[in-house]
Amino acid sequence: MQAMVTSSSSGLTAADEGALRTVFNVYTLCAALWLVFATFIGIVLAFKFVYPEFWAHAGWLTFGRLRPIHTNDTFYAWASIGLVGLAYYIAARSSRARLYSAKLAWVGLALFNIAAIAGTVTLDLGINDGTLEYREWVWPIRLVFLAALVVTAWNLIATVAHRNTKDIYLSNWYTIGGVLWTCIIAIVAIIPWYQYGLGQVAVSGFFMHNAVGLWFTPMALGILYYAIPKLFSRPIYSYALGVFAFWTNLIFYPIIGSHHFLFSPLPWWLQTIAIVFSVAMLVPVWAGSANYLLTMRGRPQRLYRSPAMFVLVGVLGYLIGSSQGTAEAFRSLQEVWHLTNFTVGHSHLTMYGFITFVIWGGVYGLLPRITGKQANNLLMGIHFWWATIGMIIYVLALSIGGTIQGLDWIHGLPFIDSVVNMAPYWLWRAIGGGMMFLSHLLFLWNVWFMTYGRKQPKALAVTATEAAA
Amino acid sequence: MKALILIAGGSTLVYAILAVLMGVLPGIELSKTPPGPGVESLTPLAAKGRAVYVANGCSYCHTQQVRPLPEDRVFGRPTAAGDLVYQTPELLGSERNGPDLSNIGNRQPSKVWQYMHLYDPRSVQPLSIMPDFSFLFRVVAEAPPGVTPVALPPAYAPKHGVVIPTQKAVALVAYLLSLKQPPIPGYVPPAVPMPSAVPSTPAAGGAPAAAPAFDATEGAQLFSQNCAVCHQANGEGITGAFPPLKGNAAVLNDDPTQQLHVILEGLSNTNVGGTVYPGAMPPFKTVLSDSQIANIVDHERTSWGNNAKLVTPAEVATERAKLKH
Ligand code: HEC
Ligand code: HEC
Ligand code: HEM
Ligand code: HEM
Repeated sequence: MQAMVTSSSSGLTAADEGALRTVFNVYTLCAALWLVFATFIGIVLAFKFVYPEFWAHAGWLTFGRLRPIHTNDTFYAWASIGLVGLAYYIAARSSRARLYSAKLAWVGLALFNIAAIAGTVTLDLGINDGTLEYREWVWPIRLVFLAALVVTAWNLIATVAHRNTKDIYLSNWYTIGGVLWTCIIAIVAIIPWYQYGLGQVAVSGFFMHNAVGLWFTPMALGILYYAIPKLFSRPIYSYALGVFAFWTNLIFYPIIGSHHFLFSPLPWWLQTIAIVFSVAMLVPVWAGSANYLLTMRGRPQRLYRSPAMFVLVGVLGYLIGSSQGTAEAFRSLQEVWHLTNFTVGHSHLTMYGFITFVIWGGVYGLLPRITGKQANNLLMGIHFWWATIGMIIYVLALSIGGTIQGLDWIHGLPFIDSVVNMAPYWLWRAIGGGMMFLSHLLFLWNVWFMTYGRKQPKALAVTATEAAA
Repeated sequence: MKALILIAGGSTLVYAILAVLMGVLPGIELSKTPPGPGVESLTPLAAKGRAVYVANGCSYCHTQQVRPLPEDRVFGRPTAAGDLVYQTPELLGSERNGPDLSNIGNRQPSKVWQYMHLYDPRSVQPLSIMPDFSFLFRVVAEAPPGVTPVALPPAYAPKHGVVIPTQKAVALVAYLLSLKQPPIPGYVPPAVPMPSAVPSTPAAGGAPAAAPAFDATEGAQLFSQNCAVCHQANGEGITGAFPPLKGNAAVLNDDPTQQLHVILEGLSNTNVGGTVYPGAMPPFKTVLSDSQIANIVDHERTSWGNNAKLVTPAEVATERAKLKH
């Protein structure tokens, strides 16, 4: 069954290949542009912690309006568009079929972009749907995003339905599942008539971790199940383990939402269930990570100067970030870390170290297979090291600083002491963030060169069937 | 086809059930929570202020949830389910870059301070990293009748003209001042924990045996926590808004009656050293214990060059007893 993934595809015309290539190219380019924009905002935010007077004095530049722009655009523009582009490519390739409809893909992309642009503009004007994290866009904009998801689900399912393979490759379980579940999350979050006061707190907790755990996580995991076998030229270590992780991930993740509101007035049992299942989450996390790492084992030469490096960091980011999340969920540790900058470190270890690195690994590893254009190895290396070192600085600084912040409060120091004690760590965060941002410019450059930035070199020109191999 | 329906449909069905169980049903159930005693809906002006709070993302730095943990006692009593009834959208928040605001209307009831702080947080708290909200204010040549300009130290004031709040700032401050936790009948708040006491040195100069000792560390901490935002860490106050305590007559007076009375009861619109200060001084009688007040007072009496007779907790207790009539 796994052998099929690596065998060549059949019955595809050059037009089918061209359509898939253009879709993959343009999705990736759009995502990369959004990454640069959204993390430019991120770096401005990081500076504001160090120099609160930096670009201040105007409503549209104020921290509280730029922050949701950063989070929503990294989530719903960069990561979502990047992941969907990859999911289309993988759906077509692993099914040895053509992309069901390029037209639908364009409609989806237009909707994603319209939502992100409208979301950015409205948030900057101070139109914010209640500062409920990751659902700050007002409902009409979130409906546009939902429409994009529906279109994507349709297109992915139809592509897989027309497959020329017997089985549905595991990657598609994760990506199709992710898109469908997220449609439900979006609906639950948009409908307002049952969420008031404390009820809304419960929904916010549910939403926050479902958005990360049942949208970005399964999409990225699905990509890993395809990219790792490709990059290491060997089937996934255990297909069954992957199926097991799929179902446990699906069942445990939706239950842990309330761990965002430990010690809040939410019913104690709801919080306790969330903690118990946060521990249970170690099962799918370790099963998944072990599966990936065992597939990579013993082939260090494959990592050398290769997109596999991004994939490796992505897997480690998943493993470490999620395990950290489990630790964070215990009441004893939440007493120190909850509400501190430690959480922001966790957010970036996961959304950056895991999701963002997986997208990069997927793009560098898979895009050249259809465009025939490799990224410049040196530039890819610089991107990798800046992003990795920058992220380590970012996460370490906030983890240490966040711990100090939490202890300051426990020791009953005047509040302002915790602000002053964070200053050096915020500075380091801005330095790490600066490196990360510069690496994103290189990524954009590299994507351009893997897609439209130069003519296809003759030596590298590959036919559709070879590219699929 | 069957496999696809099983995987996509089956997993989606499982997820839909879980979403209802973990998201929708708790949402419906908890939305029915009845209001707690004394919890009221906002006035129209405060409701407008809440919208300004949302639009400008205050809750990315400020929580409105006091946890039942000792470290949170400085912010008020633990938030109860019934407190949130009129709070849609909920503003519990997930990060405390700034202090919790559930009870800010009680903790910092001074409008003058709130305006100064919003216009430029560093005008009252030089170490603050809070963004300024000067775009909610206007600079005019002269304040229109009935509008009090924002009191600002010269370094923060515009070169020409005066600063007045826009409607948005007025509403926002009304909202902040409305954030008062109603007391829960029968709930006695435990004492606010103090920094794990570093062995303290009696700060009173001269022979230690002669002067009563006080906890200088606690005094400094408490002053920083409760008083410095107005009277400033250097005791010099803010010209035109908050009086200096350095060299202040009430502080230097050997008879502490006036000083203690002001701290317990608060003060407004009184002539202090030739100025009538617009900012009201909030009362601290329900916030601080006798020994805490004694430590603060003694901190004031021995800092910034002040050198006055120390007071004891017993004297504070006597003064407090007088209030009761
Ligand atoms: C970037 C983070 C940040 C944002 C955004 C922010 N604040 Fe603050 N805020 C702080 C910090 C830090 C402090 C503590 C230092 C100080 O007093 O300025 C603070 C203090 C306060 C205080 C005084 C609390 C006390 O207990 O003394 C109030 C009131 C306040 N902020 C209101 C607001 C309002 C209203 C907004 C939105 C319009 C806002 N803040 C936005 C960081 C922030
Ligand atoms: C919100 C700002 C604010 C805070 C906080 C504050 N004060 Fe005051 N304080 C004032 C103002 C304003 C006055 C002058 C009131 C007047 O003259 O009407 C004042 C007056 C005083 C006076 C009397 C000075 C005199 O000459 O009569 C003393 C003493 C004093 N404050 C001590 C304290 C102490 C101790 C604390 C902390 C426990 C504190 N203040 C907290 C604003 C504040
Ligand atoms: C299964 C493993 C995980 C567990 C148990 C877990 C646990 C937690 C906990 C307890 C918090 C709340 C921290 C606080 O408020 O103090 C949190 C926050 C967060 N987590 Fe995770 N996490 C896990 C995996 C992930 C993954 C894989 C991602 C991203 C794809 C992620 C993204 C986030 C984000 C963005 C926040 C911040 C939410 C906010 O805005 O407050 N987590 N996590
Ligand atoms: C140059 C790179 C980046 C920088 C400098 C940066 C900086 C920041 C800053 C300063 C904040 C606000 C933190 C606070 O309020 O205390 C933030 C929040 C956040 N960022 Fe980033 N960011 C970067 C990249 C990313 C990427 C690529 C993602 C996601 C894919 C991301 C996801 C988030 C999330 C989820 C939060 C909210 C955290 C929370 O509430 O816990 N960031 N970022």
